[in-house]
Amino acid sequence: MSHIVLKAENISKQYRLGQLGTGTISHDLNRFWAKLRGKEDPYLKVGDVNDRSLIGGSDYVWSLKDINFEVKQGEVLGIIGKNGAGKSTLLKILSQVTTPTTGEVKVKGRIASLLEVGTGFHHELSGRENIFLNGAILGMTKIEIKSKLDEIVEFSGVAKYLDTPVKRYSSGMMVRLAFAVAAHLEPEILIVDEVLAVGDQEFQDKCIGKMKDVSSQGRTVIFVSHNMAAIKSLCKRTIVLKNGETYFDGSVVDGITKYLEALNPSSNTGSIEKHHRTINTGKAFIRTVLLENEEFKNGNSIYFNNEIRITCAVEFLLDIPNVLFDARIISADGIEFMHTMNAYESDFASVKKGMVSIHLDMENRLQPGKYFITLGVHLSDGLTLDYLESILEINVLSVAKNNQKGLIYDFKLGYVRPNATWKIN
Amino acid sequence: MQEEEHWDLRIKPYSKWYELRLKEILRYKDLLFLFVRRDFVAQYKQTILGPLWFFIQPIFTAITFTIIFGNLAEISTDGLPKPLFYMCGITLWNYFADTLTKTSDTFTSNANIFGKVYFPRMIVPLSIVVSNLIKLGIQFLLFILLWIFYILKDDSIIHPNSALLVVPFLIILMGFLGLSFGILISSMTTKYRDLKFLVVFGVQLLMYGSPIVFPLSLVTEKYPHYKLFILANPVTSIIEAFKYAFLGVGEFNWFYLSYSLVFAIVLFFISLIIFHKVEKNFMDTV
Repeated sequence: MSHIVLKAENISKQYRLGQLGTGTISHDLNRFWAKLRGKEDPYLKVGDVNDRSLIGGSDYVWSLKDINFEVKQGEVLGIIGKNGAGKSTLLKILSQVTTPTTGEVKVKGRIASLLEVGTGFHHELSGRENIFLNGAILGMTKIEIKSKLDEIVEFSGVAKYLDTPVKRYSSGMMVRLAFAVAAHLEPEILIVDEVLAVGDQEFQDKCIGKMKDVSSQGRTVIFVSHNMAAIKSLCKRTIVLKNGETYFDGSVVDGITKYLEALNPSSNTGSIEKHHRTINTGKAFIRTVLLENEEFKNGNSIYFNNEIRITCAVEFLLDIPNVLFDARIISADGIEFMHTMNAYESDFASVKKGMVSIHLDMENRLQPGKYFITLGVHLSDGLTLDYLESILEINVLSVAKNNQKGLIYDFKLGYVRPNATWKIN
Repeated sequence: MQEEEHWDLRIKPYSKWYELRLKEILRYKDLLFLFVRRDFVAQYKQTILGPLWFFIQPIFTAITFTIIFGNLAEISTDGLPKPLFYMCGITLWNYFADTLTKTSDTFTSNANIFGKVYFPRMIVPLSIVVSNLIKLGIQFLLFILLWIFYILKDDSIIHPNSALLVVPFLIILMGFLGLSFGILISSMTTKYRDLKFLVVFGVQLLMYGSPIVFPLSLVTEKYPHYKLFILANPVTSIIEAFKYAFLGVGEFNWFYLSYSLVFAIVLFFISLIIFHKVEKNFMDTV
């Protein structure tokens, strides 16, 4: 029963940069002239790869370029990619909000898209009226909505306010009502954007639960999200987009890894700029700081539970027999919550004049999130020789290497997980 | 796998001009009526006078016209009671003007919905036509009341006649014209906003180019060489025929009416094709 229900063939989408206005008419006329002569659109040949950090030469940019994929019936496909990778454009094309510049998408069965909850809600109308309006906008007929009205109302939990204008609703109630309508849509193919991920934990769980139901009924779901935990729990297959092109298409585990790689392309060269220094005595300089990280080509992401390994090169301008190195780990909200020194683990270090290389390996029991590391070089009596505040940024991911158990839940509490043993009898 | 597979939907960069997917509109007819309902319910919520506003506007317009054009400027009303003459023109004209102005910003004012979900975009202008048709029905009642009042008062001036049979056709024609102009402008304003400015005062100016505040006979009599311009306006013959049907005064001319009909049909198809072409990609430019 696994026949193909959606097929995207070479779809590309070109956008014009900058403001519409001057030049638009002349370009339009050029296009028209080319079409009259039966030639190809002259602006289709130009266009840069969609990389925001580069300033290209052309006014046109390819938001999507030659995307090909097929989706089978009952499959749950996750689409991931960083902001600007083309996810939303792809969704817009699949939901027929816009057309591709070239290529074609073929679909079997009814397709419905949920790019937003509560599209078309009218504030003056009551909850009941909005259920009908929103349902009809999403493609349901009046009879369909009527037959599901009780279910929708029950699911939303706003029965009491059904005849109150929705402008009196709390935003949470509005979202629940809107999602309740959407959840009772029964298309063969459902396209869901990450906007569904707004709302509290309970609501998110409800969304994901509902989407699981949908796929278990043999319907196809295409799901876009930044929430890796959700992607992982819902999808078996994933497509990673990068700069408008397909970067990866395959299993969800490999896909997430590829996505994270794509997210951290810049390698950390480690050399220190002058302005970082707050205190310096002129006797020692930390020259490079590097997070050793083969998985991400020395980017600053590290997998959940992966050891943190830092290498520094420190230049000493004289021989010192009693050097103290220290590292502090600071949370994104500025709390210095961990501290380590070479003197805790062994003794002071004795160094000779010249370059000294230092390796620091730490067990990683950090909760996912962003942290900073501050490094210092001191004398045993406490005199600071060099001190670099928050010199290294690390980003602990919620997924573990090679699909080992990562963070199971989408929330994290605190900064560190203690090395704990639970005994349950 | 060489066999031609059947696909229910193909999303392509361009489609043939004649692929209008009109069948879809039928599938979404419930949405059309919900939009109509929304317009009516939402429009007068939290107002004191509520639906009375439907009557206030034509009444005050008719009074103003009576004072300014009838009494001050002394423009002829072909011997008809002034309020009745103006009310007759205003009722039908409002239908046309409201349909035109409201459909003309279909794309720009619905961009947030259109950007999130697909449904045949034509549903929105069609719902506006239906809303306005209902509004016309209500205002028409007002006109009928006034009409009956004047007939009872003095039945020698007003001569309703068999042309009344054509009235539904006149109303449909008027709606088509408003819709066609509206969606044409709407399609063209997605990229270039200039037309938007034209609509508001353009419609106002067009009213003076239609026999609302003056009878066509006045033009024939005083400025015969301008008559062609007035007649080039496709609305003219419809309003004249409408007046003739109810009041017995005016010019009922099959030739002029067929001109309006042909004009409406051609314009409608051109607008429909352009609208359909624009609806697919307007999100990129709006």
